[in-house]
Amino acid sequence: MDFAIHITGFVAIYIFMLAAFAGWVIIGGVPAILHTPLMSGSNFVHGIVVVGGMYALLNASTIEEQVIGFCAVLLGAGNAAGGFAVTRRMLAMFQTSKPAHGHAKAAHSKPHHAKPV
Amino acid sequence: MTIPQISQLIIGASDLAAAFLFMYGLKRMSSPVTAPSGIFVAGIGMLVAILASFLYALDIGAQARPFLLVNLGLCVVALLVGGSIAWLAGKRVPMTAMPQMVALYNGMGGGAAGAIAAVELFATKSPGATQLVVTLLGALIGAVSLSGSLIAWAKLQEVLAKPLRFAGQQYFNLVILVVTLAVGGELVHAIIGGASHLLTISALIYLFFACALLYGILMTLPIGGADMPVVISIYNAATGLAVGLEGFVLANPALMIAGMVVGAAGTLLTLLMARAMNRSVENVLFTNFGETAKHAPSHIKGSLKPTEPADAGIFMRYAKSVIIIPGYGLAAAQAQQKLYEFVKLLQSAGVSVKFAIHPVAGRMPGQMDVLLAEAGVPYDMIFQLDDINDEFATTDVSLVIGANDVVNPAARTDKSSPIYGMPILNADHAKQVYVIKRGQGKGYAGIVNALFYADNCNMVYGDAAAVLAQMIEAVRGLGTKAAA
Repeated sequence: MDFAIHITGFVAIYIFMLAAFAGWVIIGGVPAILHTPLMSGSNFVHGIVVVGGMYALLNASTIEEQVIGFCAVLLGAGNAAGGFAVTRRMLAMFQTSKPAHGHAKAAHSKPHHAKPV
Repeated sequence: MTIPQISQLIIGASDLAAAFLFMYGLKRMSSPVTAPSGIFVAGIGMLVAILASFLYALDIGAQARPFLLVNLGLCVVALLVGGSIAWLAGKRVPMTAMPQMVALYNGMGGGAAGAIAAVELFATKSPGATQLVVTLLGALIGAVSLSGSLIAWAKLQEVLAKPLRFAGQQYFNLVILVVTLAVGGELVHAIIGGASHLLTISALIYLFFACALLYGILMTLPIGGADMPVVISIYNAATGLAVGLEGFVLANPALMIAGMVVGAAGTLLTLLMARAMNRSVENVLFTNFGETAKHAPSHIKGSLKPTEPADAGIFMRYAKSVIIIPGYGLAAAQAQQKLYEFVKLLQSAGVSVKFAIHPVAGRMPGQMDVLLAEAGVPYDMIFQLDDINDEFATTDVSLVIGANDVVNPAARTDKSSPIYGMPILNADHAKQVYVIKRGQGKGYAGIVNALFYADNCNMVYGDAAAVLAQMIEAVRGLGTKAAA
């Protein structure tokens, strides 16, 4: 069986086209109030570039490739971890007044975070 | 199955899962109720993809085999160092500094895409012309996004105070772009032909990246601080695109899909923001906004009428309805908490209070919403321009804090005004308007605000936090008197 992924010209264009439509439709539904977390959230999503960096670094065979590959992973990991941290922090702050004022105190305490990824 | 096949299978399945989880997570972000779980879902996708990528080690080329252990070590170190520094910075950054932080993370992503392209170019395993062109295109966009985002960061952080402009700048930038493309063309030619006539292949690669980085810097330098939200959004889309293109080069559909989704999302956000300012994206990028704004204040009638914070506070206490229009000045004065304290006081006195947010309030779209949320304001009190603009006419008081251009009626009437045509909040339609302002300065766009001179408008001068504290004190004073 062959599990290697081969992407040739038109298949790539189809993938790009459908992904662009999906992104447009998904984001079009987000209310303006969430635009900042959305921007940092989509910023987090392109942190997946770290995976490409890992591929490049693991396949590096010269010092030059190793150094640049290391930078790719370093920057990609920063993009992903940072994007996640700030998005999570912002989204944790949004709350509604519906469950009465009993939660007013919680609104002032700093949001807590789970363990780092 | 052989070992490389197993690793391909697991990586393929994990990337598929990651792509699904990203889309699903972003979809969940469309409501404040489900949004926190949305980012969590996307985070799991990221984790799965990163862990699976270690399996690339089982399926590497013969050339890289002697370096495998070192490379694995480097990989772990890079992940831990890059990840933990960015994580800690992300947890500590104040909410007011969020736009520049997002710019920074975005630049990192662009840089990573550029670096991947560079490794692919150095590795030259006789790729086809299409492959090379796509690699270079991704490299160009990624590098521009990296250096451009760093300039945007410097401007927002106020390290770079003034936009740098000189005569013929746009033509100069165009020349740099053409040179970059020419170097790229020569590089494709040289790699396919096996040798270059001008420089060595690796010198060409370095020259290409140097030109691309320079272009990103030069392109961003002339753009004013007020336009940085649009610029960040554009670079966010650009990084997505660069990641998508490198995903094609690496035959990794997860990168292609994630990159393209972000590319489309960023483009949509950019257009929404430009529309909110009634300007085109080209206008933001290629004209020197603010230059035209220095014309004399044309035919403004009336005078500035200062009033005391206590008087304004008491007036609002006895009003039926108040709409608050916060701008970045509120956050700059760190007065969100004080404001919400005042609002709660008004609410307990039976006043209906709402917040009205202009699409370009703050320094990135939606930043005011986040800053209010941080102060504990529930999101059902916060309304966007289209949803609340008709309500001003039936409202007793509109309270403008640290906002200026977004309430300037000149946008409706004065054709010579640089903000003419921009949708504004109808603060002036309320019966009474109070404007809390540091001094008599102008807004970002440098335009005199006719609202401040209107008959129904009073100015409350002073630092927003101090003014609000005096308002709170005055209203509290009333409460105890009434009780006694």
